[in-house]
Amino acid sequence: MVPEPTDRDTDFAALVRGHTAPLLRTCRRLLDDDSEAADAVQESFLSAYASLGTYRGDAKLSTWIHRIAVNACLMRLRRRAAFMASAETDDCDQALGSLLPSYSRTGHRREVQPAWTEAVDELAERRELCGRVRELVQSLPEPHRTVLVLRDLEELSTEETAALLGLRTNAVKTRLHRARQALRTMLERELIEGAA
Amino acid sequence: MSPLTCHEVIDFLGAYFDEELAPEVRARFDEHVAVCPACVAYIDGYRKTVALARRAAAREGEGEDEGEVPTGLIAAILAATHR
Repeated sequence: MVPEPTDRDTDFAALVRGHTAPLLRTCRRLLDDDSEAADAVQESFLSAYASLGTYRGDAKLSTWIHRIAVNACLMRLRRRAAFMASAETDDCDQALGSLLPSYSRTGHRREVQPAWTEAVDELAERRELCGRVRELVQSLPEPHRTVLVLRDLEELSTEETAALLGLRTNAVKTRLHRARQALRTMLERELIEGAA
Repeated sequence: MSPLTCHEVIDFLGAYFDEELAPEVRARFDEHVAVCPACVAYIDGYRKTVALARRAAAREGEGEDEGEVPTGLIAAILAATHR
């Protein structure tokens, strides 16, 4: 005999239906793997269900489940060898290569591109460009992508990001800056090619 | 005090946006930017990059840009919690 669903089950089912899509987007951004992202979402909901009794209500339920999912992704990232190898050093900046600006011996810019003419609102209206921006974010090396996703897209603080990643706050700041610089370079190339 | 170079200005960008530059560094930063169109363009593009990344991520959840939820994922989650 199938038991009647409880209020808790009904509420949880609503949470799952309402939050699977946004959680999946976050997990895909962090893991860059659709299958693993789906696994992380499922694992997060199961973990949330098991600990619903400890949910204290001092954060929104959506925020709470979101943090569980971010943690699930980070656990998975920590298991990846490349992430572990680069977690505590900034050697990973080398992977960005030509995406970082170069300077003359006197510290001046070597290559100067004209200013971008379009405003953010205009750029954001271009659906294809937005899709391309998401692809470019995914193309960043994992240590940089992770920090950029947590800080700029998930809007966690530097301190929260550092705690989640086990990094010093200065390392988070440096890595975020490098990630933004690399993304800026790639986006500039897109805009120049698009205008040509 | 020597003026900042482009390299230093761009290295300070993160702290500049977080408003964490010490007042004397901020003054030298502003002095450089006032006379360096290359850095002005770089900073503008940097600011737009951060804003556009955020907007592009937000658009992914809107209507036609909605990311696909794999068939059966929601059912699988609900089934697993009712075992």
